[in-house]
Amino acid sequence: MIEIQSLTKKYVTKKQTVIGVDNVSITIEKGEVYGIVGYSGAGKSTLLRCLNLIEKPTKGRVLVDGIDLTSLSEKQLRRARQKIGMIFQQFSLISSKTVFENVAFALKAAGHSKPYIQKRVLELLDIVGLQDKKDIYPAHLSGGQKQRVGIARALANNPTVLLCDEATSALDPTTTKSILQLLKKINQELGITIVLITHEMEVVKDLCHRVAVMQEGRLIEEGPAYEIFSNPREPLTKQFITSILDFDLPETLIKESKGTIIKIQFEGKTAGDAILSDTLQKFPIKGNILHGKIEYIQNDPLGILIIEFSGESKEVAAAIEYIKERTGSLEVIAHAA
Amino acid sequence: MLLNTITTLLPDLNKAFFETIYMVGIALVIALLAGLPIGILLFITSRNLFLDNKAVNAIFGFVVNIVRSVPYIILLVALLPLTNLLTGSTIGPTAASVSLSVAAIPFFARLVETSLREIDKGVIEAAVAVGASRWMIIKEVLLPEAKSGILQGFTITTISLIGYSAMAGIVGGGGIGDLAIRFGYYRYDNTVMVTTVIILICLVQIIQYSGDKFSHLVDKR
Repeated sequence: MIEIQSLTKKYVTKKQTVIGVDNVSITIEKGEVYGIVGYSGAGKSTLLRCLNLIEKPTKGRVLVDGIDLTSLSEKQLRRARQKIGMIFQQFSLISSKTVFENVAFALKAAGHSKPYIQKRVLELLDIVGLQDKKDIYPAHLSGGQKQRVGIARALANNPTVLLCDEATSALDPTTTKSILQLLKKINQELGITIVLITHEMEVVKDLCHRVAVMQEGRLIEEGPAYEIFSNPREPLTKQFITSILDFDLPETLIKESKGTIIKIQFEGKTAGDAILSDTLQKFPIKGNILHGKIEYIQNDPLGILIIEFSGESKEVAAAIEYIKERTGSLEVIAHAA
Repeated sequence: MLLNTITTLLPDLNKAFFETIYMVGIALVIALLAGLPIGILLFITSRNLFLDNKAVNAIFGFVVNIVRSVPYIILLVALLPLTNLLTGSTIGPTAASVSLSVAAIPFFARLVETSLREIDKGVIEAAVAVGASRWMIIKEVLLPEAKSGILQGFTITTISLIGYSAMAGIVGGGGIGDLAIRFGYYRYDNTVMVTTVIILICLVQIIQYSGDKFSHLVDKR
């Protein structure tokens, strides 16, 4: 479990004081995948780096498994860091060491014996699927393979927490998927708590149980991933989820429409109900589907449908009321002229 | 005629050659022993690094700059009392190696520092994140990652020292450069001058070539 308590990070230079993280408090449960999203400069990276004290917070405390990292001595902190794995956007492997030596470095840092290191590194490379590459230098690996080495290194000392600093941002979509799969496996099979920061909502959608949104160093919204996708409150959050859930209708389509265009959002259970066909049977109106999409936030469906209703305006109004009652989420985009 | 002159010169050349190797060799060993740690210190005490220490960084940086800004010939003379104290003499190649060493230490230290700066900060950060000790980061991350650059710096230092060593003639240090100046320049003996200069050119070429080769060999980037 990670408890971040009123954490503030300020950068003081001669000319000005820049606030990186502004009084953020978050509790992350054991075994959870927690995502922090925000644009670059929002302070999410700084916040993540405060979790293993690579960056020293100006104020506030960070507790990992009940231990207050900010109170530790240099030596104790090194011990604690061995239980907090971290992976990076640019992989950050030692270029003069082979894959094997890169992973072995983390074990050496923890003071393990040679025979143990030998055995453990192979075990780790097996987990990330890179055993055949053990004697290769990082320069000869692809981005995805480099990140796998980074993950093996981060897992070396059986950490309870894995911090991911934009771990997939430098990778292509296919490789991103495979790394996300690996992270999911690590979370589920090893029970490691994962904290990740990203600006890609795809990553959040596939992986995160809970999400926090950051803006200008502050935490502006936080909640279960499904809640954030289905009921975003803040404008910035809405902006973020549109990258996953939104689709623009052509302007002309809206202008030339002779009916009423509505947008319905189906959540959880209702996503499986036959609301639309019920409506069309109940009311003497015509429905024309203009656009539709169902996204799965991990395993829960979230659907959005854009329909044009045409018919007597009284009947259309009644139909809309009926749908509203059943889904609770309906938005009228355009009325017939 | 030309061959004859060179043959009679051979014993002198031979002696001078080994004097150069001797002087420069001592200075290089000391530059390595003292310059490398100072270079590392300059780097790791700089801002936002794991031994961030403004005072230490400023003091060492200042001393290094002072020594580097004194022209070698003046350094040579200024260090005569120290030379006498250390070697019991102020003339000869051993005496000359004192001032060469003093000049080489800050020179090499700065080159080491520059090579270390080339290292991706993320790699150092990753090493801090796995809980590695400072000593381990220096030994297993900084030095291997900068090895290629440090070797290049060592090559540059060697060649500069060969250049400096020509001035060691002032204190009777000997060496090839000294031979070129005494025989070639003061006595207007072009044969000697050209021969010694050719030897110096070959020496520098060989050092640069092998330095580049080694540096390339250890570079895994």
